Amino acid sequence: MDYTPNKENIAKRIARIFKNGDVVNLGIGLPTLVVDHLPEGVTLILQSENGLMGLGPAPEKGQEDPDMVNAGGAPLSVVPGGCFFDSATSFGIIRGGHVDYTVLGVLEVDQQGNLANYKVPGKMVPGMGGAMDLTIGARVVIAATLHFEPSGASRLKRHCKLPLTAAGEVNYVVTDVGMFEIVGGRFHLLECFAPYTPEWILEKTDAEIHVSTSCKTVSL
Amino acid sequence: MLAKPIISAAEAAGRIKSGDVLMSGGFMGCGAPDTIIRALKAAGTKGLTLISTDTAFHDFKTGRINGIAPLVQDRAFVRIIASHIGLNHETQRQMNAQETEVELVPQGTLAERIRCGGAGIGGFLTPTGLGTEVEEGKQVITVDDRSYLLERPLKADVAIIKAKKADKAGNLIYAGTARNFNPLMATAAELVIAEVEEIVEIGEIDPNQVHTPSIFVDCLVRSETQES
Repeated sequence: MDYTPNKENIAKRIARIFKNGDVVNLGIGLPTLVVDHLPEGVTLILQSENGLMGLGPAPEKGQEDPDMVNAGGAPLSVVPGGCFFDSATSFGIIRGGHVDYTVLGVLEVDQQGNLANYKVPGKMVPGMGGAMDLTIGARVVIAATLHFEPSGASRLKRHCKLPLTAAGEVNYVVTDVGMFEIVGGRFHLLECFAPYTPEWILEKTDAEIHVSTSCKTVSL
Repeated sequence: MLAKPIISAAEAAGRIKSGDVLMSGGFMGCGAPDTIIRALKAAGTKGLTLISTDTAFHDFKTGRINGIAPLVQDRAFVRIIASHIGLNHETQRQMNAQETEVELVPQGTLAERIRCGGAGIGGFLTPTGLGTEVEEGKQVITVDDRSYLLERPLKADVAIIKAKKADKAGNLIYAGTARNFNPLMATAAELVIAEVEEIVEIGEIDPNQVHTPSIFVDCLVRSETQES
């Protein structure tokens, strides 16, 4: 079976996890695609760690306000009822367990729920930003990632080799081939995304995966 | 209320000396004190330690550079304490070449350490960073069966911050996400210089609307828009 990377499918599946009114922090990059795929009737309260609740869509060209940016430094708008706060309050909200979900990109995620995404020693060291606080503080941590590295190795690992962003904090991993839950030191395959099959996923992934008895194939 | 001195950006820069620990507000350049940063660049001060949540944008491909990044470019800092440097290629280059020491601190921990520094608190306990490199060399303390890292307060010699509006007493109001680390840094330095876009008379700001009380602010600098 041929594999074609598909970020849209990751965003589509994650968008179906939420219920109306959930407080969610979306990481920069792939996770922000999630808002484009929310089902009708589901509106999220988006928290941005640089000091905002009620993140709205990107403003139209010419309407940008230099005093309003998201956590990636891009212009933003605020929905009615939104509010601003300083960074200590923002991380009080995060650490204090007031955020329902955080969705983050990863370099590696392992079957113990460890996640690495901030440092490739000697090569790329962007820093953890708010990711360590978000993974500790959010009620549910969702790792969003293409299933494979460019080399072909799976990003789902037995043990992360890179420096950890979070130790044992990841609850779900959604890739472009399936959705996994991490419980008891292994991945549990909850869904596989057509055309991929559980057998193919197990063969291509060097990690311990239990195929859930309720595992189903989903067309996204 | 007494009025605070309104000084020029050049005077502000002159009060920052080699060897100082400098806090600068701003998040990816939003809410950074750009006028003071330009003056400090012109003054050519070196040998500083920077505390800032990030080092803004410096993109080698597009040439985009903002916030504190022009000072990083001039090698003004021997040490940088930040949570994220990923969008500043020059900071990464200096770190990888071991030209500048970079200490990465989780963003929430950085914010709270600064808050502690300003609030007379000897540190705080956070679960953030447990089981990661952030834990190295730190005391782990268990409270009610949960483990935490002891994180220590951060203070600075000088904080340069940015607000939308001030009265002459130094009460500050911020706008949008330009608030970020500015109110925290206002509390945690020996000398606090606030760059503001608008300065009004004492009494013209509703006391209910003040974000940073004047007691934290030592002097004011008017923002100047950069000629492009």
